[in-house]
Amino acid sequence: MDATISFLAAAIVAGTPLLFATLGEIITEKVGNLNLGVEGMMLMGAIIGFKTALVTHSPIIALLTSMLAGAAGALIYAVLTVSFRANQVVTGLTLTTFGTGFAGFLGQNLVGQVVPATVKSFFRPFAFPGLSKIPVLGEIFFQQDIFVYLSYLSVFIVGVYLYKTSFGLNVRAVGENPGAADVASINTTFYKYFHILLGGALCGLGGAYLSLVYIPVWQNNVTAGRGWIAVALVIFAIWNPYKAVIGSYLFGGLDIIGFRIQDTSFPVSMYFLDMLPYIVTVVILVVISFRKSKENAPPQGLGNPYFREER
Amino acid sequence: MFRMQKRGEMPKTKIVAIRILAIILALVAAAFIILLLKLNPVDVYIAMVKGAFGSVYRVKEVIIKTIPLVVTSLGIAIAFKMQFWNIGGEGQICMGAFLASYVALNYPDLPKPLLISIMILASIIGGGLWATVPAYFKAKWRTNETIITLMMNYIALKWIQYLQYGPWKDPKAMGFPKIPHFTDNAILPDLFGVHIGWVFALVLTVLIYIFLNYTKKGFEIAVLGESENTAAYAGINIKRTIITAIFLSGGLCGLTGMIQASALHNTLSVEVSGGVGFTAIITTWLSALKPFVIVIVSLLFAALVQGGSFIQTAFGIPQAAAQLLQGMILFFVLGSEFFIRYKLVWNKSFQSISKKE
Repeated sequence: MDATISFLAAAIVAGTPLLFATLGEIITEKVGNLNLGVEGMMLMGAIIGFKTALVTHSPIIALLTSMLAGAAGALIYAVLTVSFRANQVVTGLTLTTFGTGFAGFLGQNLVGQVVPATVKSFFRPFAFPGLSKIPVLGEIFFQQDIFVYLSYLSVFIVGVYLYKTSFGLNVRAVGENPGAADVASINTTFYKYFHILLGGALCGLGGAYLSLVYIPVWQNNVTAGRGWIAVALVIFAIWNPYKAVIGSYLFGGLDIIGFRIQDTSFPVSMYFLDMLPYIVTVVILVVISFRKSKENAPPQGLGNPYFREER
Repeated sequence: MFRMQKRGEMPKTKIVAIRILAIILALVAAAFIILLLKLNPVDVYIAMVKGAFGSVYRVKEVIIKTIPLVVTSLGIAIAFKMQFWNIGGEGQICMGAFLASYVALNYPDLPKPLLISIMILASIIGGGLWATVPAYFKAKWRTNETIITLMMNYIALKWIQYLQYGPWKDPKAMGFPKIPHFTDNAILPDLFGVHIGWVFALVLTVLIYIFLNYTKKGFEIAVLGESENTAAYAGINIKRTIITAIFLSGGLCGLTGMIQASALHNTLSVEVSGGVGFTAIITTWLSALKPFVIVIVSLLFAALVQGGSFIQTAFGIPQAAAQLLQGMILFFVLGSEFFIRYKLVWNKSFQSISKKE
């Protein structure tokens, strides 16, 4: 029992960077933009957050700058795809190349450096007052670090924002049919910019969780493909922030299972387990398109640029 | 304020001029980063050119890096022409290399021309079939191909990893996770000091140019890319066109896998694709899907990578700098496309016209 609880608690830790990035990509896709630069933005957030922590020894400033870094990457993407109407797929892939180069460039001389002790202790797990007393669930969910609690809060805020506010309604309108949203006098350009940037900031936070908490020693390519898993998770969660929680922890769990079964006689190779997130994503996409259910479909305007002049 | 207006056709020289201006602007922007490292950007850029073309050996290295980019970009161009966003080049390269390696490892004693021919065929089938999966779903249920092709990259990569660390691991490598080397019969020969892949790349460029511009199938692909309704109205078999085109697209990517495994690595490994599938998407796009332009752009990209690794040793600049520079050049070129397609019109003049009316 204790082993199971500790495993599940670890799955949450492993899933947290995925959760931030997935939330960010959900928001981005909800306004109709497919940003394949998640990996790049995560790396930008990871390196800037790490560097800030080294220089300032302040965890709060590190979090803020990592968000800014992610948002800065997203800004490049937004300018190109929204204002300059460039192809979203190509721009997103380029952002990943750029972000990888950016982190490698700045991180060149930091490889092997450790997060300062003040920052480390700030992110130490602690029992959340009250809630950690809940049997089993409290031990799994509320014996975590403050960054994980921040991710719970983010899910809640994004969920309420998208489904319970008029802004959220507008967001979905822009993503489904920007032409109609424009006619309804929603400022589509502003909505796209704002949410692409917000999405980038969340990806930056996901990256910072990796470099500050999960692997608190700088190493090149610290994200190791997690950005792509986040892109997959958006579909797994069918663009729903609450379902993103389940997906992130599930894939987080798979991530650590791989290591744990290496030295057991478990009959399945870890490489097949590693494939699972991607296979599941493919299956879900096929099933969604096959059932043609409107509710679970991607935002209709996803990937298409919107030009008022060509409406 | 101003508004945007679509341009008519722009003269070709002007388009080229705008693109070159974009690249120059990117180099200027990157110069600031180099200045931050307290180095002279002009020196660094000159060193990059020298690093790429300064000696026969370096030129050969650039050509070797150009070959996979050209072959993969040609494949991706076919898909993009149809507005099928095949970003699964990485996976298709892996699966092509996988099937070719299967042949090479199991029938090592076949005569060289025969073995290599079968390997080529196998790689085209491997990459082609891998790409046909998303094409089938797209044709049948309009399933979004962008994400599926992307996800299948990682499935293919894990598959190769599994083989390398599991059943195909070389028992003689003393536990080191590598697949045994091919026999000489399975390795592409050299021609003028560079493996024969460069001949494949050039021949394929011409063939794909003819295919896209002068054959019925090529025309159907272009029509389908412009508008599915027009295609249906013209009596084109949409499903069959999608699947044939994407089989071809993936097949070319698969061929890249065979070339890389056979000539470069002499075996199958997880590094067989090495990001070519992604870089090729960018080179294809920058070439506006035109086969001959693909050769030039791929060459420039390969030179950028080669020059980038040279300045790493010459100036101690992190190798990631080349990636950073690649990204910046692309951002500027992507932005410049806008000025090729649109012009800004000041609304002031617009208002004065409407007043006159």
